[in-house]
Amino acid sequence: MKKLFFSLLLCLCLPVWAADAPKLDIGKGGQCVEDTQWMRKNHMHLLKHARDDALRLGIRDEKRSLKVCIECHASTRDNSVIARADSFCVGCHKYEAVKLDCFECHSGTRKSAWLAQRNAK
Amino acid sequence: MSDMDMNRRNFLKTSVGAAAVAIAPGMLLYSVAQGKSEGASSKVRWGMLIDTNQCKPGCNDCVTACNNENGLSGETKPTDSQWIRKIDIKDISTGREISLPMMCQHCEHPPCVDVCPTNASMKRADGIVLVDKHRCIGCRYCMMACPYKARSFVHEPLTGQNPDVPRGKGTVESCTLCVHRIDVGGKSACSEACPNKAIMFGDLNDANSEISRKVHSVASVQVRADLRLNPGVRYQGL
Repeated sequence: MKKLFFSLLLCLCLPVWAADAPKLDIGKGGQCVEDTQWMRKNHMHLLKHARDDALRLGIRDEKRSLKVCIECHASTRDNSVIARADSFCVGCHKYEAVKLDCFECHSGTRKSAWLAQRNAK
Repeated sequence: MSDMDMNRRNFLKTSVGAAAVAIAPGMLLYSVAQGKSEGASSKVRWGMLIDTNQCKPGCNDCVTACNNENGLSGETKPTDSQWIRKIDIKDISTGREISLPMMCQHCEHPPCVDVCPTNASMKRADGIVLVDKHRCIGCRYCMMACPYKARSFVHEPLTGQNPDVPRGKGTVESCTLCVHRIDVGGKSACSEACPNKAIMFGDLNDANSEISRKVHSVASVQVRADLRLNPGVRYQGL
């Protein structure tokens, strides 16, 4: 009886296991601030701190600048962290159902690519 | 003998400590001077001097450069953002006509900062008046308070912003004196674009800068000086 109960429980859990963590297009990727797990948990605090320092005090710490994050993490296909469902920012935020407000104002495009596009016009 | 040893040890300890203290401030000073992250300094006052005699009526190059740099549409409907405008004025009694660019005057005592309920409208240490769009709730009090009508409200969703110039719907914006260029050692886009060099950009606090030598030697005025806001933008030949 016990065995049956556990196997039933296992069957119920299976669909949850099947929903894998999102596969992200990490662009160039690499690690420059902290390790991946730490960044997954804490990147928003870094960005929030950096944004106030940069705008209000003029302290522009390149390592913690959103622009520099995007420069490496934007997709190598479309130069963006928000363009597709598996883009670097969108992938996780969709999976976790957390609203992504940054890009209402900030550009999600790699700056070098944006400049090239503007100069081509 | 053991007494002597103790003394020697203590002497060494204290002297090493003293040496560390002596080195530490030097190293600190060095790292601050070398680092890029010291931020905006209150020793600097960024400003502009506009020579209206050199400003040609009909020329719109500063406006175009601003629109290009900051990603504005360049349209002039009531709902479009305009960070800089060309204004033509005429003295009725003499018939003298002049043309001049008008933008945020980067006041020392900005009324837009006084009225902001969320502290989004702010003045940086180096005198640049900015909107912190992270805090702006779009109430537009600052637009009412500004005697220069320098601010605009973003009515529509935007895409394709300049990565250096974030802009978004529901917030107020105005001339930033191209703060993103200043922070990497550049100057404002309008002053670079003017074909007649009518706009001079620089540090008003630095006695050796070109702009402070010029305001020291030629007559220049602040627009609406009666309000005693002490704008950082001055006009010559007005």
